[in-house]
Amino acid sequence: MRPAIVTGLVFAVFSYNSTAIALDAEPITVGSKSFTESVVLGELVSHLVRNADATAIHKRGMGGTQVLWNALKNGDIDIYPEYTGTIAQEILSGQHIESMEDIHQAIADHGLRMTRPLGFNNTYAIGMKKSHADVLGIRTISDLRSHPDLRFGFSNEFMDRGDGWPSLKATYSLPHKDVNGLEHDLAYRGIDGGSIDAIDLYMTDADIPYYDLRVLQDDLSHFPAYHAVLLYRDDLEHQSPEIVTVFKLLEGHVSTAEMRQMNVDVKIEQQSETRVAAEFLQRKLGLSVVYREETMADRIVRTTREHLILVSISLFAAILIALPLGIIAARRPVMGQAILGTVGIIQTIPALALLVFMIPLLGIGVPAAIAALFLYSLLPIVRNTYTGLHDISPPMRESAEALGLPAGVRLRKVELPLASRSILAGIKTSAVINVGFATLGAFIAAGGYGESILTGIRLDNMSLILQGAIPAAVLALLVQGFFELLERVAVPKGLRLAR
Amino acid sequence: MLELRGISKTFGSEQAIPLMNLTIAAGATTVLIGTSGCGKSTLLRLMIGLIQPDAGTVFFEGTPLTQESALFLRHRMGYVIQDGGLFPHLTARENIELMARHLRWEDKRIASRLSELIELTHFPSDGLGRYPVQLSGGQQQRVSLMRALMLDPHVLLLDEPLGALDPMVRSDLQTELKAIFDTLKKTVVLVTHDMGEAGFFGDLIILFREGTIVQQGTFEELVNVPVDPFVTQFVNAQRSPLTATGGTSQ
Repeated sequence: MRPAIVTGLVFAVFSYNSTAIALDAEPITVGSKSFTESVVLGELVSHLVRNADATAIHKRGMGGTQVLWNALKNGDIDIYPEYTGTIAQEILSGQHIESMEDIHQAIADHGLRMTRPLGFNNTYAIGMKKSHADVLGIRTISDLRSHPDLRFGFSNEFMDRGDGWPSLKATYSLPHKDVNGLEHDLAYRGIDGGSIDAIDLYMTDADIPYYDLRVLQDDLSHFPAYHAVLLYRDDLEHQSPEIVTVFKLLEGHVSTAEMRQMNVDVKIEQQSETRVAAEFLQRKLGLSVVYREETMADRIVRTTREHLILVSISLFAAILIALPLGIIAARRPVMGQAILGTVGIIQTIPALALLVFMIPLLGIGVPAAIAALFLYSLLPIVRNTYTGLHDISPPMRESAEALGLPAGVRLRKVELPLASRSILAGIKTSAVINVGFATLGAFIAAGGYGESILTGIRLDNMSLILQGAIPAAVLALLVQGFFELLERVAVPKGLRLAR
Repeated sequence: MLELRGISKTFGSEQAIPLMNLTIAAGATTVLIGTSGCGKSTLLRLMIGLIQPDAGTVFFEGTPLTQESALFLRHRMGYVIQDGGLFPHLTARENIELMARHLRWEDKRIASRLSELIELTHFPSDGLGRYPVQLSGGQQQRVSLMRALMLDPHVLLLDEPLGALDPMVRSDLQTELKAIFDTLKKTVVLVTHDMGEAGFFGDLIILFREGTIVQQGTFEELVNVPVDPFVTQFVNAQRSPLTATGGTSQ
């Protein structure tokens, strides 16, 4: 009897627990870097996760290597695509990483894991116009040695890197003198126009087929491997092993040519990453992925909502804090100077730097962006509250005092109403600045109009840029208009007549 | 009523009032007069506690006036300044009622007090809904006076109440104000620099020079029995151009 009850209880508890896990399953957060290939890989993972009936959130184009790596370590994201070369050279630099096994061990210390390579190796390479290379009979980097007059145009980063031009030159004993650093996009135009003969590129660049380039064979194996892999958190393995199995389907399945084609489909053919990734999975793995592409209207509605959340929460918090600070500043001259000085200094921090400062404190995403916007909103409100109160004429102040009104009532009934126009102008300034500044939130994956703008820049897609820029401008005007209307309600009639 | 005992006040390096003992008599109108900067406005602001003396004490109806006691003692004082000091964001009515509402007077009591004041000051009742900026200078001063009188104070302190008005309005309002004082029979302290106005209002005139009292007495005493050449100088300087040049047009 007794054992039966105990067994029953254990069973009940156990089944209750397992149900709870199924219901409360945390969504899988996928991250990607701010370039096309990374976003496409992020979409591939997201599709696979959703196909396993789990929820995936893809934070697209969050930033550079450090942002993603820290986000993964902090648990802001669960998984993101990375390259072995980047892990060895940049993330774990100085730790003598020589093999895949070294990487596995080193990241295990951070509570992270890595899949096997997805298939393609997106390393640096040297490219020439195919027609030109054919004429000169160049197929390998070694072949360049017998053409010392060729002009090279390399990206500035490549000119400096340890595995870049200086060591390449040494490895292959290249005699070339006409070597210049320049912007990567300009290099493509240069080689297309014939003013440059060879450039550095990534193996999977969409521009390789677009400009009809030949990738010269690295016959001396100079460039380290940049195998694409997925980095993910250890706890994912324990909590949702079935999800790990699912995205591991990608291992060894994405060839260089396939990745390059997907980049072409997005960058040149202007298809969405979502569609390109879904079609690849269908073709390659026979998975029918149900997906919904975001229409322009969807995007504008979503980014508007995100933008409004960023602006309104930060502004509201700023009003709550800045108004009392402004009042204290007006009442206590010494503390006032300290307050005005401090908020003034915050304002001198460049917007992007302020956003980046927030990352160690609040991670990436909406909270960090709101915190930065909040700090930026303080100065105009504090200053205008201070000025509005400070500029009330002494006779007016004394009249209120002489009536016998206590200080709190004087502030509420007389001084704040008299300063209302100035205070409201401060809030308006903050709000309008906020609308513009919030577009930078996209740099730390906070969404909003900035996301459309940044994605548009990444894809060289003017329409997408405008889908962010125009609503941002319109919103700024609407905010301006809203506050002008509000002034008619919030500023007492007697003050408006006096104007 | 109001007593200043051993008062001195310095602003920065400037000694506004070296040492002052002064008693304001109840039920009479006392005029403080002198050249600008003689300390007469400072004295008025000390009386209502807007500024604190460096030494000495102001007593109001026997109670020492401190920053704490001033808050409630002011309920028994009315204060009117040159520009009225009306709050521009409030209507005339809201200005007048502000203090009574703060003290949670009943609506009925406020309304009846307001109608008494309108009658007293001859203020057009349709002007009550106007904002100060919509009122003439004279009307603004009537509102300011009503605001000062709302709580039926024991003393009325006026700092150049007619100083900003043009001569015609000023003359009319002087007559009315005098009638109001006579009706109310309150203690009044009025600051002015105009000898004619002082003579018109004052039961007692106190002439100041550099923060000290030169002479106190009636208008006739100041004119006929000056204690100092400065008194004659001050009185003569303010006579009308005709009398000053010994004109004979009368």
